[in-house]
Amino acid sequence: MASVVEPGSVDEVATLLRDASRDGLAVIPRGGGTKLDWGRPPRRADLVLSTVRLDRVLEHAWGDMTATVEAGCTVARLQHALAEHGQRLACDPLWPERATIGGILAANDNGPLRARFGALRDLIIGVTLVLADGTVAKSGGKVVKNVAGYDLPKLATGSFGTLAVITQAVFRLHPLPHETRTLTFTAPRLEPLCELALAIQHSQLAFVSLQVRAGRSAEPGLDVGFEGTRAGLDSQQDELLRLAADVARVDPPAAVWRTREELWQGTDPAVVGTFSALPTDVRAFCTELRDACTAPSLDWRAVVQGLGVGHFRLEGATSDTLVTALQRLRAAAERRGGTLVVLRGSEDVKARFDVWGSPGDALPLFQRVKQQLDPGGTLSPGRFVGGL
Amino acid sequence: MDTRILDRFRAIVGGDGLLTEPEQLRTYECDGLTNFRVLPSAVVLPTSTEQVQAVVRVCHEARIPFVARGSGTGLSGGALPIEHGIVISLTRMNRILEVDISNARVVVEPGVLNLSVTQAVWPHYFYAPDPSSQQVCSIGGNVAENSGGAHCLKYGFTTTHVLGLEVVLPDGSLVHLGGPTLDRPGYDLCGVFVGSEGTLGIATKVILRVVRRPALIQTLLAAFHSTNEAGAAVSGIIAAGVLPAAIEMMDNLAIRAAEAAVHPNYPDCGGLLLVELDGPAAEVAALMVQVRAICTSCGAWEIRLAQSEEERAAVWKGRKAAFAAMGRISPNYIVQDGVIPRTALPEVMSEIERLSGQAGLRVANVFHAGDGNLHPLVLYDARIEGQEGRAERLAFSILELCVKAGGSITGEHGVGEEKKAFMPVMFAEPDLDTMQRVRCAFDPERLSNPTKVFPRPRLCAEKTGPYQPHPLETAGIAQLF
Ligand SMILES: Cc1cc2nc3c(=O)[nH]c(=O)nc-3n(C[C@H](O)[C@H](O)[C@H](O)COP(=O)(O)OP(=O)(O)OC[C@H]3O[C@@H](n4cnc5c(N)ncnc54)[C@H](O)[C@@H]3O)c2cc1C
Repeated sequence: MASVVEPGSVDEVATLLRDASRDGLAVIPRGGGTKLDWGRPPRRADLVLSTVRLDRVLEHAWGDMTATVEAGCTVARLQHALAEHGQRLACDPLWPERATIGGILAANDNGPLRARFGALRDLIIGVTLVLADGTVAKSGGKVVKNVAGYDLPKLATGSFGTLAVITQAVFRLHPLPHETRTLTFTAPRLEPLCELALAIQHSQLAFVSLQVRAGRSAEPGLDVGFEGTRAGLDSQQDELLRLAADVARVDPPAAVWRTREELWQGTDPAVVGTFSALPTDVRAFCTELRDACTAPSLDWRAVVQGLGVGHFRLEGATSDTLVTALQRLRAAAERRGGTLVVLRGSEDVKARFDVWGSPGDALPLFQRVKQQLDPGGTLSPGRFVGGL
Repeated sequence: MDTRILDRFRAIVGGDGLLTEPEQLRTYECDGLTNFRVLPSAVVLPTSTEQVQAVVRVCHEARIPFVARGSGTGLSGGALPIEHGIVISLTRMNRILEVDISNARVVVEPGVLNLSVTQAVWPHYFYAPDPSSQQVCSIGGNVAENSGGAHCLKYGFTTTHVLGLEVVLPDGSLVHLGGPTLDRPGYDLCGVFVGSEGTLGIATKVILRVVRRPALIQTLLAAFHSTNEAGAAVSGIIAAGVLPAAIEMMDNLAIRAAEAAVHPNYPDCGGLLLVELDGPAAEVAALMVQVRAICTSCGAWEIRLAQSEEERAAVWKGRKAAFAAMGRISPNYIVQDGVIPRTALPEVMSEIERLSGQAGLRVANVFHAGDGNLHPLVLYDARIEGQEGRAERLAFSILELCVKAGGSITGEHGVGEEKKAFMPVMFAEPDLDTMQRVRCAFDPERLSNPTKVFPRPRLCAEKTGPYQPHPLETAGIAQLF
């Protein structure tokens, strides 16, 4: 069993990592623990480095609309603090009550607001990293616009704890919206909803979020979110309803913008994965999901953001059936230039299916980056793409 | 340069793709920052990725440093040649390879000009990052500098709009970073490459995201007595939760220069604001009422609203020509680029005024005010003994001021040659060393624009490990700064 350490300062993180590297221990950084099972199981885990005590909002420069926060702070706590001055981090990751800033960054978990405000890579403007050898390095800064030096905040985002421990991040913020509105549509078949989603993206509607929901045993749905002034929302609603003449408008489901979380609920065996596709290929991928899950015991559900990033769940059946379906889906995704990654799945599935897929010709470069920053393979060894 | 090497280059790019005559090379001796000049040994002009790879392989084998060059409009000496090195000019790789409107994506070669991308997707879409040099600068240069522009406040910088890259690494191998779809598994090296100023390799293909044009665009011009008043209006607008497409500010000297150069018919005032709102018509109309009210309450004594395409173009003309306009009021000038937290504007402005008085030199100010990006223009006369030196020192002390205020030494022009000595003002040694470790992963032999960005190169063969002083430093021979 790995032992858990809870450093209370950046210096303590540095000391712990330096000692662990020296002793050849494998260290797994951990935030809220909500996504710790994503990716491949690390080859070794001697020490779990928890950021639970690094949980302060260090600065909210509301006049400048930036905030500096420690990695262990939960998303909800940060949002609560920012709301005091009418601001927010304009992103809506999974499980904000438990997910930490360090965790959402490392796993690059972006919600539907990404359609308007960009992904975490676009919101983070500075970062403090502790490397395996104990080096404490800052990159970026506290201003929104800054091109001095390499953009290491982006390197850290989505690195799944394999390059460095993120101890602090600086974000650009946005104002809380004046007013919000969500319109939901349904149709007996998915196709008209996918068409509508594309039409909306080509229209001049200024939606902030857009998602398609689909599944074997559920009515498909399309949710479109807006923010703005009352007058602006009214006129956008009119325009959207004109575009949506062929589908039925219904009330949005409860917690509509958190429906992605439901993909993690259900019974095992199951896998939860994510895929990327060109926006025009979303519909084809959903069709593929349906066709790959014809076995009677195999259920599927998906929530797809307009930009072409989606999450799906396959549930029931045996590991064999799941792996076969995954293989088919990956092939379909890759044929159209997209990707497919398995986040959660049983040990058995993960042993038989390469959860990350091929990173292409960049793998040797990824390996050299890892080699430079973590030459001893101390941090989450084996968790990421290509065994990194 | 060894003629056998030149022969090899010629065999790759053909006779008309290789320049070696001093008068030809002269064109490439500097970029937009003309006070640094170095004559390269040769310039090669490849027309394909394969040619770039082949040229880079020769460089790699013979250990010849190379500098990629787009249009040469950079303002920090990024494309400044390296002595005994070559320049690889990408201007002949200027094809738009693919326009996929239904997915809002465009694939281009690096030599394509910024404005050409917008032209390719007009009238329904546009390419959002719009440096003032957009008619002449290249996408490759934009990628390398992570260029900004007036509309980045709302739409983000170049990096937000680059989805994927094909890159020739400094050993000649080819990699694909990012790609046509989002969130591809692996490290975000596309994000690292953007803004790396030519030090990590050469981009030979770029997948760009283009943006739907909004239903309505309106530009408000407001005249204030001072930049402080105008600055207060900027803070007021942002605090009210309005995110304009652009907020630009000019001070009186900049206004007068623009007036002399392109006659935009700006009011003669102490501080001028341009506020552009875009989006659905009803939304823009509602927010414009707020913006007007905020400007008035902060002391605006004249407000004009440009609504048609022509009126807007006229309003922007003066701002976009602001740098070049300095030539009308001063024989020489330095364009500086620094960033401050927006709230520090009043203090920083009065400090700039003090420094300018102390140096006996005029400073005109043009800002991307919404994101605190200052472009102080230090005016001087090179014919007057000592003025140039004083101007340089003044420009640098303004940068120090920016860092002290919690900002950055560059918001969009890059570090390049000009500001590398300033990196330690902003970053500690372990910070820079960590960046250089990333550089070592891409370019262990230090061939790709090797002398730029960092004040001191890291020897990649050095054992990676916590920062240790360079042997020369410990011997007291070299000082970091
Ligand atoms: C009047 C004027 C106004 C300007 N306004 C703005 C502005 O508003 N915002 C702004 O951000 N900048 C502005 N600039 C600066 C400049 O235009 C930008 O930095 C631009 O991106 C440079 O593009 P370029 O093609 O001229 O690149 P170059 O100057 O040729 O090169 C710039 C850097 O990019 C590297 N490079 C070029 N091509 C490649 C490639 N294919 N692969 C890898 N590296 C490459 C070079 O090595 C160099 O380091 C302005 C410049 C001028 C002269």
